[in-house]
Amino acid sequence: MTEPLLEVRGLVKRYGGLLATDHLDLAIEAGECRALIGPNGAGKSTLIAQLAGEVRQTAGSIRFDGVEVTALSMPRRVRRGLARSFQITSVLPNFTAEDNVALAVQARLGHGFRFWRDAGRDPALREPARAMLDEIGLGRRGAVRAGDLAYGEQRQLELAMALATKPRMLLLDEPMAGMGPEESRRMVEVLRKLRGSVTLLLVEHDMDAVFALADQITVLVYGRAIVTGTPQAIRDDPMVADAYLGQAEVDL
Amino acid sequence: MGEAIPVSGRQRAVLIIGLAVLLAYPLVMPLLGKPFLVGLGTRMVIYALAAVSLDLLVGFGGLVSFGHAAFLGLGGYVVGVLAFQLGADAPLFGLIDGTNQAWIAWPAAVLVTALAALVIGALSLRTDGVHFIMITLAFAQMLYFLTVSLKVYGGDDGLSLRRRNLLPGLDPRDEATFYYVCLACLVVFVALARRILAARFGTVLRGIKENQRRVSALGIEPYGYKLAAFVLAGAGAGLAGALLANQTRFVSPELLHWTKSGELLVMVILGGIGTLYGPILGAVALILLETVLGAWTEHWMVILGPILVVVVLFTRRGLYGLLTEKRSGIAARGADDGGGHD
Repeated sequence: MTEPLLEVRGLVKRYGGLLATDHLDLAIEAGECRALIGPNGAGKSTLIAQLAGEVRQTAGSIRFDGVEVTALSMPRRVRRGLARSFQITSVLPNFTAEDNVALAVQARLGHGFRFWRDAGRDPALREPARAMLDEIGLGRRGAVRAGDLAYGEQRQLELAMALATKPRMLLLDEPMAGMGPEESRRMVEVLRKLRGSVTLLLVEHDMDAVFALADQITVLVYGRAIVTGTPQAIRDDPMVADAYLGQAEVDL
Repeated sequence: MGEAIPVSGRQRAVLIIGLAVLLAYPLVMPLLGKPFLVGLGTRMVIYALAAVSLDLLVGFGGLVSFGHAAFLGLGGYVVGVLAFQLGADAPLFGLIDGTNQAWIAWPAAVLVTALAALVIGALSLRTDGVHFIMITLAFAQMLYFLTVSLKVYGGDDGLSLRRRNLLPGLDPRDEATFYYVCLACLVVFVALARRILAARFGTVLRGIKENQRRVSALGIEPYGYKLAAFVLAGAGAGLAGALLANQTRFVSPELLHWTKSGELLVMVILGGIGTLYGPILGAVALILLETVLGAWTEHWMVILGPILVVVVLFTRRGLYGLLTEKRSGIAARGADDGGGHD
């Protein structure tokens, strides 16, 4: 059996007396779409932040693509192909949509210390940026200031930026948060198209989206992964219903 | 297409008129019977250069440096010390001979300030926000006290230059000539900055100002970019310092004092943060106010204060914004802010 693309072992994050991540093990195969669900305060965002390299873990190790990345900074992990999107929309508001993506393309190319040539007219940046906007469905909005885009469009732009770094794996922190049903549906379509080509770790509260996309679901409660299984198995698991859904009144 | 510094038709007109005024200034003043005002214009142009270099940091990198005068003073001292060494018995540190050649002294000033900025920036940029403001201030004050303690070079009293640096083929003693030399430096620096800001480097720098966390999440380490900007800005201020030392034929610790850093920040804010051209306007306005009001009362700062408050409250991009934007005032400001934060 080959090594998983992402392998987390014994991950611990302690905030004072609080264990946000409690000796967590996680293995995600290349090409998989894994959903991470759990009640509020289960430590989902903390886990994403540790995987992305933004929050330093208290203990444990993270291996990505066969390399120990535990000590690497966020930018270094991104350059290794582990990118993320943010729960709270995070774009450059005064850049145009296209400039936002072009910066991501530039980050991937890794030639930032160029002081002369006009980056706004550089086809090596512009063409991939436009192609990415087309792919994500923002092709006509490239010239609009990102801060002026509709909320759903900003979420799409956010994803386009992450994708423009050509990641092997994408950590998606609630990509549908705050979206209307129509926008959510479109986002699910975009993510569905990504499946297989990019390994996904999806944190999401929208259960329709989770069940539509995930190959496997891991349930996180109090910083521990209590169970991992197929959507069907998770749906039928009484422990999940108990821990996550409380009185099991909610229809999964 | 998003440009680093978008230029609308109205802005272009302002820039052309501005450049024309700057070009005509030393020709017009003698005609008005006030040739002694040419030197005042030179002072404005030199401070404009320093203010523009600071805007690179504050306006485009989001790095509020409160120690920029350190580089202004350092550049001045390089010119001063090199001129002083001409008359000295032994070379400085046993190897550096004095010179009064501009083509050696000015690049030396730029180089030394760039190196100083590299060291100061490398340490300061490990911090953020208020800490960055304080640490740059601290470094500048350290250099200030260093110059105070240099008794050989006049200590507190400063150091006089016998004459201006020699420029090949030009007479630096001629006020108009020297004015144009300074103006050329300003124009070249602004053009260079504009170019750099539009290039890949500048894109990253502006991105860091917008949202550093996002830029990191794209795989870019912000530190090196901020440091490079700090060095560039320091070098610009160093050149301004070299010019200033020549203009007044005098350098003193006062050039590095924290109030001087504050003045440079006021020029940037008054002219328009992040506009690149605005700080030129800010430098001109501040020196004009200082000269006009200063002749009237020594407490001219009392009048400057309210003016600054009004500019900050009622314009979005300082005097430059006032000239180039149709809408201004609180309504426009509110609307623009609303657009920026959602």
